[in-house]
Amino acid sequence: MPEQLEGSQAVARTVAACRPEVICAYPISPQTHIVEALSRLVKSGALHPCEFVNVESEYAAMSVAIGASATGARAYTATASQGLLYMAEALYNASGLGLPIVMTVANRAIGAPINIWNDHSDSMSQRDSGWIQLYVESNQEAADVHVQAFRIAEALSLPVMVCMDGFILTHAVERVELPDPDRVDAFLPAFEPRQLLDPSAPVTIGAMVGPEAYTEVRYLAHYKQMQALDLIPEVAAAFQQAFGRASGGLLRPYRSSDAETIVVALGSVLGTIEDCVDQLRDDGHRIGAVGLRTFRPWPAEEVRRALEGARHVIVLEKALSVGIGGIVAQNVHRALEGLPITVHTVIAGLGGRPITMASLRSLCERGLAGTLPDTTFLDLEEALVDAEIGRMRGGRRSGPHAENMLRDVGTVGAAGLT
Amino acid sequence: MTATRLKYFQTGSFAAGNRLVEPSERSEQAAPGRANAITCGHRACQGCGEALGARYALDAAMRATGGELIAANATGCLEVFSTPYPESSWQLPWIHSLFGNAAAVSTGIAAALRAKGNTRTRVIGQGGDGGTVDIGFACLSGMFERGDDVLFICYDNEAYMNTGVQRSAATPPSARTATTQAVGEAPGAPWGQGKNAPLIALAHEIPYVATATIADLRDLEAKVERAMQIRGARYLHVLVTCPLGWGTASGDAIRVARLAVETGIFPVWEGGDGEVTAVTRIRHRTPVEEYLKLQTRFRHLFTPVRDDATIARIQARADRNIERFGLVGEAGQHPLDLHEEGGS
Amino acid sequence: MFETRFHGRGGQGVVTSAELLAVAAFQEGRHAQAFPSFGSERTGAPVVSFCRIDDRPIRTREPISAPDAVIIIDPTLLHHVDVFSGLTPGSQVLVNSSRSAEELGLGDLCSSHRVARLQVVPATELARRYLGRPLPNAALLGALAAMTGIVAVDSVAAAIFERFSGEVGQGNARAAYAAAELVPPSSGRAAPEEAPGGPTVMAGTSHA
Repeated sequence: MPEQLEGSQAVARTVAACRPEVICAYPISPQTHIVEALSRLVKSGALHPCEFVNVESEYAAMSVAIGASATGARAYTATASQGLLYMAEALYNASGLGLPIVMTVANRAIGAPINIWNDHSDSMSQRDSGWIQLYVESNQEAADVHVQAFRIAEALSLPVMVCMDGFILTHAVERVELPDPDRVDAFLPAFEPRQLLDPSAPVTIGAMVGPEAYTEVRYLAHYKQMQALDLIPEVAAAFQQAFGRASGGLLRPYRSSDAETIVVALGSVLGTIEDCVDQLRDDGHRIGAVGLRTFRPWPAEEVRRALEGARHVIVLEKALSVGIGGIVAQNVHRALEGLPITVHTVIAGLGGRPITMASLRSLCERGLAGTLPDTTFLDLEEALVDAEIGRMRGGRRSGPHAENMLRDVGTVGAAGLT
Repeated sequence: MTATRLKYFQTGSFAAGNRLVEPSERSEQAAPGRANAITCGHRACQGCGEALGARYALDAAMRATGGELIAANATGCLEVFSTPYPESSWQLPWIHSLFGNAAAVSTGIAAALRAKGNTRTRVIGQGGDGGTVDIGFACLSGMFERGDDVLFICYDNEAYMNTGVQRSAATPPSARTATTQAVGEAPGAPWGQGKNAPLIALAHEIPYVATATIADLRDLEAKVERAMQIRGARYLHVLVTCPLGWGTASGDAIRVARLAVETGIFPVWEGGDGEVTAVTRIRHRTPVEEYLKLQTRFRHLFTPVRDDATIARIQARADRNIERFGLVGEAGQHPLDLHEEGGS
Repeated sequence: MFETRFHGRGGQGVVTSAELLAVAAFQEGRHAQAFPSFGSERTGAPVVSFCRIDDRPIRTREPISAPDAVIIIDPTLLHHVDVFSGLTPGSQVLVNSSRSAEELGLGDLCSSHRVARLQVVPATELARRYLGRPLPNAALLGALAAMTGIVAVDSVAAAIFERFSGEVGQGNARAAYAAAELVPPSSGRAAPEEAPGGPTVMAGTSHA
């Protein structure tokens, strides 16, 4: 039965339906509503048995999840932004140990300058951490993909990050049909750990491994993650069969089969892109979109198949690899190696900058006209940047960038209509 | 096992052979069926105090829990020398995650056991002083204040030995380490720094906090046993000597630890809920010099020129411990002297 | 698609208002999307929230820049924040105040034909009367329903009851109905092109 729900509530109730046995929580916006709701479900007895642990940091959150998972408990946590970075060491440890922890990342920018708004800088920075990374377009998909995430994680004994756009999804109230708890029980078998801290059969977990076997252990980590390229579509298909909804998977094409120009993106911006594609199609343009659902492992073959008919590919991404540019674009480039396709990078939506239909449309029109440069910063206020570059050239002690530019903008703390 | 200390007049020590005492009084290490939680073949240095302390502590815990025990280990010597893959010295379920998170991993294990309704299996977290009082301190404090059902044992050898003897917050003043070299006007570790982890643990109002050393292994065993009778967050801080880092002879491991106690350098006490409730008295009060001169980390205090002023400062620290904890005097005279103690 | 923007201050239920409107639309089987302005504002700071309503699934995630309706929960914002940003000649504006549009300095907004309609409702007074507390949101949603027809007042009441139980729910619902009565009925479900050609000014001060 559909409900009108905040994204965070939808995720919390779905996670509860997955019956995690240990949940660790540390507050950070915009993830906090999720663990707050779970705290209520555990405290009220609605989610039982489950231990809800209020930890002292994200580093501890992931560490508690590691201990719990190694003891055979289904473990869950959620974080964002600085929190994800603060647990970075434990992220690599969880994947290195092969512990099937599921974590929601409510995507948010990384400071400095401190910024609480949405982009993908946080999860993209951990793309090599050994975690499977799934991105969702809507709150419906966020709910559905969490159920799939537990199944994928436990099947492979690998941790899974479900990345949902902070605020844009977590704080949006919209129609969601929560996965029915009974069907979730049927869909999600009890957690059978591959390794277990058990006094009746003692094992050593986390030993030091030297040069004689480290490469092989890392190879296996890669091998296991690449297996997810087969498993993720299988689980998405099984989910569709059980729940009647298409959610998750590796990627989703939108009106792209005959498209000359295809926009590639991940997350909630896909909705606006699809509306934009419809507008341009109405005007007779051969444009489409491909929404990536899985970013790690990288579905190179599927991406190539989805894009091979295009002439121009516009990769729109909410993260920036300083010193080289796009992150998703680099991966797309590799997937399209040898094909006569131009790949454009568009850095958009950083730190909560709205990605408007108007900007998207003009971007796509430039793409269709073949006038889009290699890399574009969408809606960049060039005057602002130029002024600061001028100050830097003008003298050594030009001061902090962020504060200088805010002074130029002049409306600090105003209504924030965007 | 009782907590009563036995004095063996044949040897003048508290560490005579087990054949002299009642079976119930014997060390777990004398039991043919002991767990050997950390079994032989590990790669610790000769005379390693940590290996000795961990062996006694874990076997006592195994006895106390009937073998229903899981251990989480911080990165450090104990972790490295016990698990040179594919070998492992651990005969109990054991996990190593990171340097700073052993207490939090222990919390996770305890939470999982609770969620599964398993009240039999108990959890020990353990690490060296670096993993406990420095990089792991936030996780440790969090575990304490939440009251998670974990006994955390710190094997304190007073520096980062695994990485080559660098200073930690447990390094005593004037001690030479690789990052507090014995050069300049104030050689060795600086004064006025460092933290007292057991007293900070006590300030968390957790039900059990104790200190121990490898000089009195029966006391260590008894404290582990008592700790395992209690639920909630517990802390045991064990002074373990390190021949490499301290510059002591391998054969002097226990002797040096005993001198740490007898000089007042390392007070051995027991407490909980915010109060110190019992202390181990000093039997032969010894000047700190006797302790210092066995260790090359303090050699600069004696050669080329004797540094009387610094030795006196160290003596004053020890004297303050003796005064503060009531380490010297007849049994029953100090308010903290609640234990029955002395000869049998 | 009908897009509404709410202006108020932190602590005044600005986000809740948008959510209640979304729930009201959902009660009618329609699609709705409510979202806040994503700030880290403290109590008393200007806050904005948004609600989209449509008969088909809503995919777009861009902020609302050209709203069909603007609700100003706190009239003290009128001259501090650009609450009229993005208004079109088809837009409708609802202001919470016991004073008239002229007294509020909004006469120009109507006479210049910048909006289709301006309605002032003493929602805080109504809330005091029916709820016993100065929380004007339910009354404003009732007035919005009557003014635009975007949802039925009954749906607003149903959304209120879903969120608030007992006396609080009852009081809020009564305030919503009372506010709706102060507003002349609209000609049906609002759409920008159906809005009246000239500005209509209603200053609900008669009952104060």
